[in-house]
Amino acid sequence: MKSNTLTIIKKEFARFFGDRQLLFTTVIMPGLMIYLVYSLMGNGINKMITEGADEVVTLQVENMPASLAPMFYNLDSNLVVTLQSFGDEDIKKLEDKEINGVLLRFPEAFDERIAVYDPSLDMMPANVEIYYNSTNNASSRVYMIISTMLNNYGRSFTVNVPQNEEQRFDQASDESIGAMIWSKILPMLIMMMLFSGVMAIAPSAIAGEKERGTIATLLVTPMRRNDLALGKIISLSGIALLSGISSFIGIALALPKMVPIEEGGLAFHYATTDYVVLLLLIFASVLIMASAVSLLSALAKDVKNAGTMVVPFMLVVMLAGLVPMFQSSVPEGIVTYLIPFYNSIEVMTAVFAHEMQWIPVIVTLASNIVYTGIAVWGLTRMFNSEKIMFSR
Amino acid sequence: MRISMEEILKVEGLSKTFTLSRKQQKIERTTARRKVAVDNLSFSAYRGEIFGLLGPNGAGKTTTLRMLSTLIRPDSGDALLDGCSVVNQPEEVRAKIGFLTSELKLEDFFTPNYLFDFFSELHGVEENAKEKMKNEMFARFGIDKFAEVKVANLSTGMKQKLSLVISLVHDPEVIIFDEPTNGLDVLTARTVTDYLQELRSEGKTIILSTHIFSLVERLCDRVGIIIDGRMVSCGTLEEVCGGMTIEDRFFDLYKEEKGGEE
Repeated sequence: MKSNTLTIIKKEFARFFGDRQLLFTTVIMPGLMIYLVYSLMGNGINKMITEGADEVVTLQVENMPASLAPMFYNLDSNLVVTLQSFGDEDIKKLEDKEINGVLLRFPEAFDERIAVYDPSLDMMPANVEIYYNSTNNASSRVYMIISTMLNNYGRSFTVNVPQNEEQRFDQASDESIGAMIWSKILPMLIMMMLFSGVMAIAPSAIAGEKERGTIATLLVTPMRRNDLALGKIISLSGIALLSGISSFIGIALALPKMVPIEEGGLAFHYATTDYVVLLLLIFASVLIMASAVSLLSALAKDVKNAGTMVVPFMLVVMLAGLVPMFQSSVPEGIVTYLIPFYNSIEVMTAVFAHEMQWIPVIVTLASNIVYTGIAVWGLTRMFNSEKIMFSR
Repeated sequence: MRISMEEILKVEGLSKTFTLSRKQQKIERTTARRKVAVDNLSFSAYRGEIFGLLGPNGAGKTTTLRMLSTLIRPDSGDALLDGCSVVNQPEEVRAKIGFLTSELKLEDFFTPNYLFDFFSELHGVEENAKEKMKNEMFARFGIDKFAEVKVANLSTGMKQKLSLVISLVHDPEVIIFDEPTNGLDVLTARTVTDYLQELRSEGKTIILSTHIFSLVERLCDRVGIIIDGRMVSCGTLEEVCGGMTIEDRFFDLYKEEKGGEE
């Protein structure tokens, strides 16, 4: 008897792509909404930062180093730099917004201390005190300009000292910082997007057919039940993947508006292998999500019941997505990579942190495929169960 | 008007018991946790005949037909359909039958044209045969004018005709109909019963369930009367009725089974 898996997949796709409303709400809207919301948020943040850019603000500097003075005078045409000591009264004025700017204190003999500074000797570097008021937009703006300038200065200073292994490591710090931040955020975002794609269609996929009575029409055909199960899971995964891709594009387009990537911001450097592994992980994750939600959908009496059953499961996946935010390194040992959903999140975290190892990747992909196989088997059993298929 | 004595369906000792949920117990007004729906049922059907299962609501007719169509599995017993066991060869059985009940629905989103093609593909019908069958069936039931209209926009009668057509896409040898005229308007009901007779004349076997006496008298070659899941009488109309009307005979049997209670 020929396999009818493809026939089921074609029918599910025909159903999905033929319904413009469903197509819009499931594939187009998530990406569009994410882009619009994130862009608006980014614009709001940028507006907050740049607000008052034309306003004349003051920068009061104590112990201005000769090596840095020219940089400060060329920072911003609206910035009035004064060289003057300051005390608690001035700080209080800053707090009360009577001073519209920033107070900056260098240690005495800053240039001399920098000249003898050697990071390899575990010396204390020259500390700079910056006083600003974050509730004052002008003060915040000047603070960002100053801190960026000083950070850049610090980096260039580290690079210029005589070369050794540790300093080369420092040179890569931009990428490390970017990788660390992406590895904390992106796995959770990706899993959320994929899950929202699955949630949009999967709960009703089988429960809806049970509710409408159309599943029985399929079950009286000679089609093998495992063809039906596999066809459902693959088609749902495909549609959920489209929804996930849409969300991903939305994030990718909106991200530069949210955080400054490159040019002194967060580095986003990944190799082709990283992208391929990520793609495989996304496929495997969607497969297992669609499988799990299909099982719940088959168990449910109707679509409403299916939605209720899927929510706790979604929360567990979301919580798993938060774990990398609270851990300092990716876990070792194989067992972690046998836990569905969590394994994908950990491997994604490792990929984004440039700490990918092949064994966890292979274990995660293989275990997800095995779990999908088990889900197909389970769903086949459910299609054979009159109690599950015809219970009211 | 039996056409042959070739036994195409042999049911032997078929039984099915359901566990009742609390909700079902309330509906059935019983405290019993289990309900025997079909009890050791045996009968045969022959090629080219219409066999009717007659019984009141809840007698076990639908459960029997669902077991024959492999939608549910018997607790014990078996049925051989054209030599294939409903217990051990469900896929082969499904390939040989067309099953229709009002509980089977078609997806509202699709058109008759799409659904016919889809179910033909599931049944492995070849392209040429499919097109020929589609043209014939659509023309006969007046679906051709609505071939590209979504099921959601069809009238109830047209939906029922389409369900009938879809259940027959693979030209099955045995057609199992649960309450074939239930909920149909008189015109559609007549179209369906005429078609069943035509199928019989083509040598197809039809197993139907009903509680309508006139339908049994008009259509069936043989009849089995089911009460409380048990076959209380089975044979040709003459054999079962013995000169009485089917309605009178049914109520006699019912009183015997129920001990006078109605």
